[in-house]
Amino acid sequence: MTSKAAQDKNRLPHPLKALNFLSGMQSRWKTFVIATPFAWLLIFFLAPFFIVAKISLAELTISSPPFSDMIEWVDGTIISVRLVFDNFIYIFDDPLYARTYVNSLKIAFISTLLALLIGYPIAYGIVRSGPVAKQLLLFAIILPFWTSFLLRVYAWMGLLADQGTVNNLLISLGLIETPIRMLYTEFAVYVGIVYTYLPFMILPLYANMEKLDGTLNEAAADLGSGPINTFFKITLPLTMPGVIAGALLVFIPATGEYVIPDLLGGGNVQMIGRQLYNEFARNIDWPVASAVAIVLLLLLVLPMAIYQHYQGKAAERS
Amino acid sequence: MVDQEDHPEDYGKIEGGPSGDRQPLLRIQNVTKAFDEFVAVDNVELDIYEGELFCLLGGSGCGKTTLLRMLAGFETPTSGKILIDGKDMSGVPPYERPTNMMFQNYALFPHMNVAKNIAFGLEQDGLPRSEIKERTNDILRLVELQGYENRRPQQLSGGQRQRVALARALVKEPKILLLDEPLGALDKKLREQTQFELMNIQDKVGVTFVVVTHDQEEAMILSTRISVMDRGRLVQTGSPTEIYEFPKSRMVANFIGSANIFEGSVIGELEHGFKIETIIGEFTLKNTPITIRNKAIFIGIRPEKIFLSKEPDLAPGSNNAEGTIYDIGYLGNTSRYKIRLEQDLIIDVTAPNQTRPQNKTHEFMWDDKVYINWEPSSAMVFYE
Amino acid sequence: MLQGRSKFLTFMLFAGFIFLYVPMILLIIYSFNYSKLVPVWGGWSTRWYKELFESPEVWEAVSLSLQIAFINATFATVLGTLAGLAMVRFGRFRGRTIFGGMLVAPLVMPEVITGLSLLVFFISLKELIGWPAERGFTTITIAHITFSLAYVAVIIQARLTGIGETLEEAASDLGAKPFKVMKAITLPRLAPGMLSGWLLAFTLSLDDLVIASFVTGPGANTLPILIFSRIRLGLRPDINALATIIIIFVAVLVSLAAYLMFRQQKREIMDHKMAQSIKS
Repeated sequence: MTSKAAQDKNRLPHPLKALNFLSGMQSRWKTFVIATPFAWLLIFFLAPFFIVAKISLAELTISSPPFSDMIEWVDGTIISVRLVFDNFIYIFDDPLYARTYVNSLKIAFISTLLALLIGYPIAYGIVRSGPVAKQLLLFAIILPFWTSFLLRVYAWMGLLADQGTVNNLLISLGLIETPIRMLYTEFAVYVGIVYTYLPFMILPLYANMEKLDGTLNEAAADLGSGPINTFFKITLPLTMPGVIAGALLVFIPATGEYVIPDLLGGGNVQMIGRQLYNEFARNIDWPVASAVAIVLLLLLVLPMAIYQHYQGKAAERS
Repeated sequence: MVDQEDHPEDYGKIEGGPSGDRQPLLRIQNVTKAFDEFVAVDNVELDIYEGELFCLLGGSGCGKTTLLRMLAGFETPTSGKILIDGKDMSGVPPYERPTNMMFQNYALFPHMNVAKNIAFGLEQDGLPRSEIKERTNDILRLVELQGYENRRPQQLSGGQRQRVALARALVKEPKILLLDEPLGALDKKLREQTQFELMNIQDKVGVTFVVVTHDQEEAMILSTRISVMDRGRLVQTGSPTEIYEFPKSRMVANFIGSANIFEGSVIGELEHGFKIETIIGEFTLKNTPITIRNKAIFIGIRPEKIFLSKEPDLAPGSNNAEGTIYDIGYLGNTSRYKIRLEQDLIIDVTAPNQTRPQNKTHEFMWDDKVYINWEPSSAMVFYE
Repeated sequence: MLQGRSKFLTFMLFAGFIFLYVPMILLIIYSFNYSKLVPVWGGWSTRWYKELFESPEVWEAVSLSLQIAFINATFATVLGTLAGLAMVRFGRFRGRTIFGGMLVAPLVMPEVITGLSLLVFFISLKELIGWPAERGFTTITIAHITFSLAYVAVIIQARLTGIGETLEEAASDLGAKPFKVMKAITLPRLAPGMLSGWLLAFTLSLDDLVIASFVTGPGANTLPILIFSRIRLGLRPDINALATIIIIFVAVLVSLAAYLMFRQQKREIMDHKMAQSIKS
């Protein structure tokens, strides 16, 4: 009985059959669309990290490439797997590294806070402008982001140098007599990070504020809340996702920043990105450089996970 | 039943209406609001009394919401004054006005739960915690939302959100509660049920309600008085009965309900009325004063006030016309007929289906020859 | 919608834009300075532009950077569009979480880490299969595609969520097969997003210093690498001149693209309004 019913089913041009065919078509197409970028990222993004992790556990050797192999082949069989934690121990033992990590996090944190304090009112100001002004202002925020990062940092070298524009201006105004040292100080690094990363703070904030329901502010006012109270009780809590996204978009890359401490901080500001680059370029100690990178990555895993969590939530909501 | 012998002036003289010698709670004096070239509210003059449930009724873009927002303080009148309880509201920000608003989409704070939403307004007044808690609980009981204190707005149904919004605005005990399309976001069944709840709550708290709506049925059921707005102006203000039975213009007659309207002129005076000539014949008109002579006027008759019959009404002074049924819309409780008159004019007639049709045939069918007639006192007169 | 700015907000906008633009304006002004010392004004001159144009090093770097940027932008747009489609249109699939993670990570990953990891990857690969024999053009392009595609994917995802799926559904209801639907409906509607993605990938590549520094080899100097090697030692008037050209070039290009998109948007709004007015 059952088999006959099954046979009947097979013979009938059941509508589900047609769907089956369609899903077959779809799945081949789907596989192509997913697999191509997936494979690219697996090979060129994920795999390199595993190699870095591997090298961080290797020893420095005088050869090309300048690191030992974790697995040694003798007589066609693996005879030894050597994990060397020396590089990590070296990093943790050396107070220079510890200080550099802490300093990087501190500079990134303060810069993020400054960028937030400057970026928030700008983003809010843009959201509250008329439709045409809004487009133009937004464009004016994005435009510097398209022009060269390096040259924007360079612009501040000219401003902050001992004989730079700012010092010249202050001297000619009679406010100071001898130039203030600004270039190659931590101050210059703060300015540089805030300046170059400001659009990254403003754009997510703007995107978030743009969705704010203006009637909520009216409702708060109607219920007796003045403008300042309304800001702290309604607007700020509702824009927290934007604040978090913007803050992380500044904080994470700023922690590993190399160009800004190098050009504006000179040798006087220790940040881990610069340390890493030096380890790799000057000392050619790749195992240590890899270990430095792994520790930096571990420090940033949490903020990155938070960022992705919020991105995912934002995508779901839309 | 409305006594047909009544004079129209008697309608609208109801409790809470403008008849008493009480001071109006809300005075809108020559208020105009212009956005650039566009005049949204045009010289509006209106008094609203304590305890009223007043409706501003009009289509979209008629200026009703702008007027309400001026009462709440979100818009500033270009000219004119708004007085609440005798006090001029010019320059008083929304957060210092004795009004509260229930927003069209409720504007509930999504990051606060129900209790916090309701308590928000009381916290602004700096009331002690215990009092806030007590009043929040009281109002939750009034809108029957006990047990929902900790829910977020997103976790509530449309009807529940509507009640939270109402509670949040009411808990501050405003002098005037402003409601912007309070039932607009609800589906039909829920809306009908909520209309009565809203009236009950208003009855209990005794707060003056000013409601903005585009839904004429809602306005008719809810309000003690209605103002019909059109293109920024108040075209007529009165009780629901007055507005429906004695509309002042064709626009009002067509906005609230529908009407068959013909042009006509007075050709003679009778004891209690006039003799009118129109394109479909001569008729008598009773109990409606006509002040304009020697000029075209308009006669309107509402579809439900026309009777259909197979024989003409031969009583003296009755108004008859002859035609054929051109189309029928069967609604169950009533049917809408379109009657084509000899003059090639289509007349709408609504008739109740008071008996079950026998053998599945109705009393009147397509292409039937019928007579229509109406009471001389049923016709409305318009000058514009 | 929120409307109306307080004086404070207007002031912050004003101050913010001064902060953003004055440094670049000064940079441009000083490129016309005769003096060899950048901050010391020595009168107007275009000598640094002349010097710049006569430097073969600069021309080589520009040419290399443009080639890399062009190939990068094209590949990144294709891969990023596919990735965006996969994320938005294909629901759940195995590995979606990892895939999504890999699409977001390059946006925030510190460049030094990406650069270092790609470098050791290329070296290991060479040990293993003998390719890439030499680092330079190819390795920089691959590195750039890897992070650019993530940016393109973000733009495409936003656009795809914005336009919804109804038209695609209508097309397949009318008998179009998936590939045909993609060609006839999805891609044309995605075109503006893909164009902005391409432009973004192009400028990101032109802009990148750190990753290129890691994965480049001897002799392959992109423009940022060249600029960086010169300005590490201090201010140089010829770099001001180069910066001026780059800034103006990018500003004009981006403004044009933005203007075209803005006009397109405006037309859509106008069409919508017209349709509304006809209806009423």
